[in-house]
Amino acid sequence: MAKVEKTNEQISVKQNRVVEVWKQFKRNKGAMVGLIILIILILIAIFADVIWDYEADIIATSSKDRLIEPCLEHPFGTDNFGRDMLARIGYGTRYSLIIGFSSVLIGLLIGVPIGAASGYIGGKFDTILMRFVDTFTIIPSLLMTIILVSIMGTSMINLIIALSISAIPVFTRITRASVMVTRNNDYIESARAIGAPTTTILLKHVLPNCFSPILVQATLRVGTAIISAAGLSYIGLGVPLPTPEWGALLSASKSFLTRAQHMCLFPGLAIMVTVMTINLVGDGLRDALDPKLKR
Amino acid sequence: MAEIILEVKNLKKYFKSPKGNVHAVDNVNFSIERGKTLGIVGESGCGKSSTGRTILRLIEPTSGQIIFEGKDITKVSDREMTKLRRDMQIIFQDPFSSLDPRMTVSELIAEPLNYHKVLEGSGRELAQKKEEYILNLMDTVGLARRLYNSYPHELDGGRRQRIGIARALALNPKLIVCDEPVSALDVSIQAQILNLLKDLQKERGLTYIFITHNLSVVNHFADEIAVMYLGSVVEKAPVDELFSNPLHPYTKALLSAIPVPEIRERKEEVLIQGEVVSPINLPDECRFRKRCSCKCEQCSAGIPKLQEVKPGHFVACCNL
Amino acid sequence: MGLINKFTRTNVEESLKKKRQENAAAVEVENLVVQYVTSTETVEAVNGISLKLEKKHTLGLVGETGAGKTTAMLALMNMVPYPPGVVKSGTVKVNGLDMRNLTPAELQTVRGSEIAMIFQDPMTSLNPVLSVGEQIAESIILHRHLTEKEAMVEAGKMLEMVGIDPNRVGEYPHQFSGGMRQRVGIAIALACNPTVLIADEPTSALDVTIQAQILRMMKDLKEKNDTALIMITHDLGVVAELCDEVAVMYAGRIVEYGKLEEVFNHTKHPYTEGLFNSLPNINSRQQKLQPIPGLMPDPSNLPEGCAFADRCAYATDACRKGNVPVHSFSETHYAQCTAYENPEFKIRRGN
Repeated sequence: MAKVEKTNEQISVKQNRVVEVWKQFKRNKGAMVGLIILIILILIAIFADVIWDYEADIIATSSKDRLIEPCLEHPFGTDNFGRDMLARIGYGTRYSLIIGFSSVLIGLLIGVPIGAASGYIGGKFDTILMRFVDTFTIIPSLLMTIILVSIMGTSMINLIIALSISAIPVFTRITRASVMVTRNNDYIESARAIGAPTTTILLKHVLPNCFSPILVQATLRVGTAIISAAGLSYIGLGVPLPTPEWGALLSASKSFLTRAQHMCLFPGLAIMVTVMTINLVGDGLRDALDPKLKR
Repeated sequence: MAEIILEVKNLKKYFKSPKGNVHAVDNVNFSIERGKTLGIVGESGCGKSSTGRTILRLIEPTSGQIIFEGKDITKVSDREMTKLRRDMQIIFQDPFSSLDPRMTVSELIAEPLNYHKVLEGSGRELAQKKEEYILNLMDTVGLARRLYNSYPHELDGGRRQRIGIARALALNPKLIVCDEPVSALDVSIQAQILNLLKDLQKERGLTYIFITHNLSVVNHFADEIAVMYLGSVVEKAPVDELFSNPLHPYTKALLSAIPVPEIRERKEEVLIQGEVVSPINLPDECRFRKRCSCKCEQCSAGIPKLQEVKPGHFVACCNL
Repeated sequence: MGLINKFTRTNVEESLKKKRQENAAAVEVENLVVQYVTSTETVEAVNGISLKLEKKHTLGLVGETGAGKTTAMLALMNMVPYPPGVVKSGTVKVNGLDMRNLTPAELQTVRGSEIAMIFQDPMTSLNPVLSVGEQIAESIILHRHLTEKEAMVEAGKMLEMVGIDPNRVGEYPHQFSGGMRQRVGIAIALACNPTVLIADEPTSALDVTIQAQILRMMKDLKEKNDTALIMITHDLGVVAELCDEVAVMYAGRIVEYGKLEEVFNHTKHPYTEGLFNSLPNINSRQQKLQPIPGLMPDPSNLPEGCAFADRCAYATDACRKGNVPVHSFSETHYAQCTAYENPEFKIRRGN
């Protein structure tokens, strides 16, 4: 009776994991829209130099074209120096995406291992490490970024470093919390019982199962990083002018709010669309990677 | 007399807690012969699971000896312990949390093979051998081959438990600790799994430590039973002896508390009052004193020792 | 405020009086069908069950996970979560009140005061931030219209009734052990002296010695308060201890129904037989258990004919076609099984 199902049935064809995840991802319409927009944005960022000439289109001023409203020739209008806003925003994609992604990536690379070790090992190690991380969290992240940028000077690299440092504690905390939940599952003990080494357990069983909160946080952080960078540029601590970073564009628009709303509208929209896109893709990715949601 | 595969001597595991030491396992002694089944019975919090996990060193013991095939495994290094894990395996209670939700059935069963050299060969040849090995294991535990690439959440509790058993069997162990392997399953499935475990024991000469709270299951399954209460073994005897002649008041109460699926005359019940006291900072007295009808002086004079009252039948009670 | 409350209250009571059918049984269910409908599938949880429970009787509702026991009982309280749960057809009467025909205000009055429920998991069914006294008093205030102070005194009495020191009314759930919490759960359910009590596996999360205590207590309380009890369980041992009647559920149907003695000693349905055979019996230590092979069919994809046919040792081709007939063996005992079309048919158990 015990061998109820002893048969020689065919094994179903094993699908490649990547193909499987992609199939799942495709079902999610929102995520697909997000992915398409994101790809377009990345392409614009990569080929910005091919599409526009930095000297002629982006920074060359022309006093006769000042503050033109959106029209056929300048779909997004022009700014107070007569530069085409579409070209500047398009070129600025490069800066915003680099700032957003690289600061989150650095934050993840440092924050996740610290959090994972802290949560898995626990005890005194955890206590000391967490108090240390706490000292970073008690300073408001924007304030810290401001301090760091003021000390190191304004440049894109410094901005990225400052934003990553403020992102690290966030990732450490969230990784630690989910590792602590995951490590109590029986399957962790089951892996130990079959003799799996600690690092394997951590990399293969613990971290993948902590993936979804970290991923959600990371996609949100890309958005915040872009917005913080824009904010810093707005108060003059971000990317130095005349670089067309989106925050800097917004910052430049502040004196013309009453006369030329298009100057702040389009950079603002660009930030919003990018952040939303990244969140959509992040959510889609999280669902696609979870085998429980597979159909 | 058959060869003794595992002997546990004065095993203790205390957990530290803010309120004091939790006496999870308190001076436990027993031994098992090869190919036999020892049932460890007790209620939640009695330390039966901690005992099982300490034997496998999934929890480090506070003190005591665990002698497996003549070797005290409390003293071996981590590397040696990893090698020993081939021989000592565990089946978990909850088939829902004991399988990594991100792995497929075949990956789950194959995982032990990644850490131990069970199969020889390399490259394609090894992969092929591995697939065959997994499929054979799936046949052995009664999992349909078409489930090879399924995820555990797609399967019911019984099938998941079969995966857990296949995982434990993958390394050809000699001893398996079964930690409540059927208590999360429906009765009809329970019987399927119990029969499977029994067949496997016969085929492979396995030794089981069968941890459960269900006396009727252990009655069916074990050769010898140890009854635990608050971290200590209070009675230990061969199965028939324990059921026909229980001596410890706690064993008697456990036996009479089992609901029997038969219409019968209401037999005299030994209902015990109260509940298990907290296992923190226990006083030096009989563990069962607070719920026991016997209130003699000896009960509070110290923890009674396990005494052999008949060949093979041990009881820890002053009132014999 | 108090006046308005009193006004609506009398209104509700009036209309309940009108809707109530006199001299009815405690519970009467007829041809109940409940489904969970989502965009991708329809789960047929309850497929036409009928049962009648007289006042003061105890019914054991037995079945495995997914048999539809809990859904049926939720339908009894008109509490099937919608969406996705839909009560497709059937009538459900509690003390002569058609539960599907009551307004929300009337339902609130009936729930708690006439029909109450004890939940499976005493760890999650109590609110951790309210003292146990407050939780018992809650329904007393709602249904018996006492002041808070009077209700707390009553709550103390209820605790005493379930064997807990009444001085502990002010303590919080985490200060109680599992068995004690289940006692509190029972005290809450009994607080307004309901005529029908549904207990959803009340002891399956407890240890055997505690289970024995709780079962003993439930039995005493039921006799003292004249409550009709429906005991949902998968444990035939619990049924034998406590119940007068047994309904065995499988895949949303009652496959066998009868008095305790009839179902246990004159088992008719092959599934019931299978359940008995898969139990390790403490009194007869057989070498090998006889499990029911296979699994319960997926309730979103039930086969034609008898849902048990694929696991049944007696199944014939006739079992897999058409409606499964109901066969009565006595006034109180019936089984839904095609095999009895053949008058010679007998199952092995008890013969």
